[in-house]
Amino acid sequence: MLEINNLHVKLEEEEKEILKGVDLKVEAGKVHAIMGPNGSGKSTLSYVLSGRDGYEVTQGSATLDGNDLLELEPEERAAAGLFLAFQYPVEIPGVGNMTFLRTAVNAQRKARGEEELSAAEFLKDIRAKAKALKIDADMLKRPVNVGFSGGEKKRNEILQMAMLEPKMCILDETDSGLDVDAMKLVSEGVNALRDEGRSFLVITHYQRLLDHIKPDVVHIMADGQIVKSGGPELALEVEHNGYGDILAEVN
Amino acid sequence: MAALDQTQVKEGVDQETVDAVREVGTYKYGWDTDIEMEYAPKGVNPDIVRLISEKNEEPEWMTEWRLAAFERWTKIDEPTWAMVHYPKIDFQDQYYYARPKSMEVKPKSLDEVDPKLLATYEKLGIPLKEQMILAGVEGAENMPAEGRKVAVDAVFDSVSVGTTFQEELKKAGVIFCSISEAIKEHPDLVKKYLGTVVPVSDNFYATLNSAVFSDGSFVYVPPGVRCPMELSTYFRINAENTGQFERTLIIADKGSYVSYLEGCTAPQRDTAQLHAAVVEIIVEEDAEVKYSTVQNWFPGDENGKGGIYNFVTKRADCRGDRSKVMWTQVETGSAVTWKYPSCILRGDDSQGEFYSIAITNNMQQADTGTKMVHLGKNTKSRIVSKGISAGKAQNTYRGLVSMHPKAKNSRNYTQCDSLLIGDKCGAHTVPYIEVRNNSSRVEHEATTSKVDDDQLFYCRQRGMDEEEAVALVVNGFCKDVLQALPMEFAMEAQQLVAISLEGSVG
Repeated sequence: MLEINNLHVKLEEEEKEILKGVDLKVEAGKVHAIMGPNGSGKSTLSYVLSGRDGYEVTQGSATLDGNDLLELEPEERAAAGLFLAFQYPVEIPGVGNMTFLRTAVNAQRKARGEEELSAAEFLKDIRAKAKALKIDADMLKRPVNVGFSGGEKKRNEILQMAMLEPKMCILDETDSGLDVDAMKLVSEGVNALRDEGRSFLVITHYQRLLDHIKPDVVHIMADGQIVKSGGPELALEVEHNGYGDILAEVN
Repeated sequence: MAALDQTQVKEGVDQETVDAVREVGTYKYGWDTDIEMEYAPKGVNPDIVRLISEKNEEPEWMTEWRLAAFERWTKIDEPTWAMVHYPKIDFQDQYYYARPKSMEVKPKSLDEVDPKLLATYEKLGIPLKEQMILAGVEGAENMPAEGRKVAVDAVFDSVSVGTTFQEELKKAGVIFCSISEAIKEHPDLVKKYLGTVVPVSDNFYATLNSAVFSDGSFVYVPPGVRCPMELSTYFRINAENTGQFERTLIIADKGSYVSYLEGCTAPQRDTAQLHAAVVEIIVEEDAEVKYSTVQNWFPGDENGKGGIYNFVTKRADCRGDRSKVMWTQVETGSAVTWKYPSCILRGDDSQGEFYSIAITNNMQQADTGTKMVHLGKNTKSRIVSKGISAGKAQNTYRGLVSMHPKAKNSRNYTQCDSLLIGDKCGAHTVPYIEVRNNSSRVEHEATTSKVDDDQLFYCRQRGMDEEEAVALVVNGFCKDVLQALPMEFAMEAQQLVAISLEGSVG
């Protein structure tokens, strides 16, 4: 599914290298978690994969099902099945949540040469999926993320993910700013989407999210590289001992 | 014969190629209609004024009115205070009257109108058959299942081609016809109201218009009547080097209601053309008028060549108590726009509203806004202006809110938002506020923002391309105004916002 080889990335404006040779392979149907201290490059990795401006890839490659992601525009990556649940979902005043999603769904369908969803089909689909995430009709009508609470924003990201049905989902610190109940709702939403054809890359600081979304593989990222990989027990180790021991061991 | 056929084929192919190339550009209405025209000689002078009056078979009083206006015009100077720049206009180097030859004898019904003219409006998507505007668009749930009727007056260069649904409107007592027809058929009404809102001497362009206006629309809604359908006028400039000077007069008598729509387009040419219209609205006691415009004149090319100079005077006089007027405008076209639809709130408790979206891209310049003149007690006004600039365009909001001494307890709320796309364009806000009593309240809020890269990336990550993303964000920015438009117009306006901004990013 997702294959990253020796990825080196620096900021476009400065010489500072942020990713220093990332190697990662996520197979179809698997959930991989990336943990790591602040500034280790986790969010940068998610932005580079989804094609945000401001970064320059100096070396290495990233492919999704064999397609060179780095050659594609952000919307082409989306149509190819890459989804990023944002750490800080963006507000778009005046644009109804539902209008936004329908535009997105149909843009992707169009890009893939599929027929656009009719208003009726779309409505039926979104109502069912919103209900599961406890998103009410009012929230669907409100402008995208404007005045949403932290929990509402993150649930909205998962709703978008559910509607867009991507192959490769990257969750960038989806647990930040969530209380226990919201985390449960969001996790249930994610778990409902787990499927043998769909993979997840869950970026988080804390082990607690991984109590709800059980990963197959856990990676520790530090200073722009993946320094250690293992099973779910690796996350527990971090939870108990912090990153210090692992980093010392690696160095 | 063979040679002639060949020529025709060649011309046909050329035209197709030209059309195809034009389709690629962003302005969809840039084609022209090949039709035999009749022109008045170039330039403007008392003889031309008389000629126009004669062509319209006008009574003597009208001719005199025009001549007086012309006399006045020769003594005033062009205004220079607006924040727009353009080469000096040679008023003697253009045509003031152009009509299709086939309109020499005015057709009695739409069936008799030259098929080329009918085809022109069909291509523009303007229904000249008396048909329902059918549902099938987003948000259509508010429409009755059988669709909605919209009566259309179609103005082509200097003349009105025809007006639909006249009979049905007549049954309701509503008069909807071209102004040239009204001058002949309803002289008392025209005499009573023409020039009473925008006086002949109002300003340079209005005065010129008073002298040379050739056609336009006339609406009279009698007391207590709610106009049974929306009325609209569609202005098309076709002829080259020809100015369009239309005149619209709308009278809503006591307790009546009418919603009126105006649309405009012009062919893509590399010389600029002048459009100087005057719209006067009279709103009597308890009456209400909604006037919506989607202005899509050719904006000129990306280097600023060609396009329409849109110098327009629009004003509503809320004469009666509790009268109400609402202006909504979506200004996307024209090379230069100079336009301030205004409200005179004369009656007590009268209300004026102005909702505006002005989009300028490439080299376009717009200086637009409104005047709210509060004369009566407890009068209210609301201004919502959304200016969007892209490319190298300059966009100015210029507005006046004036509270006169007798306008006690009056209120105004103004919201002016500007959105910038790119870093070579400009947005300017010039609000004038005069308050001459101490019980009135004026609020003014203004913001300027840029289309945010994070918003665009968010949209693109969800699958929209860059232009779709910009259109979505900009439509969101304009939402308050789009909502004020009648539904069919809102759809058109939304698409227009997207088209006008094509090529503005990346």
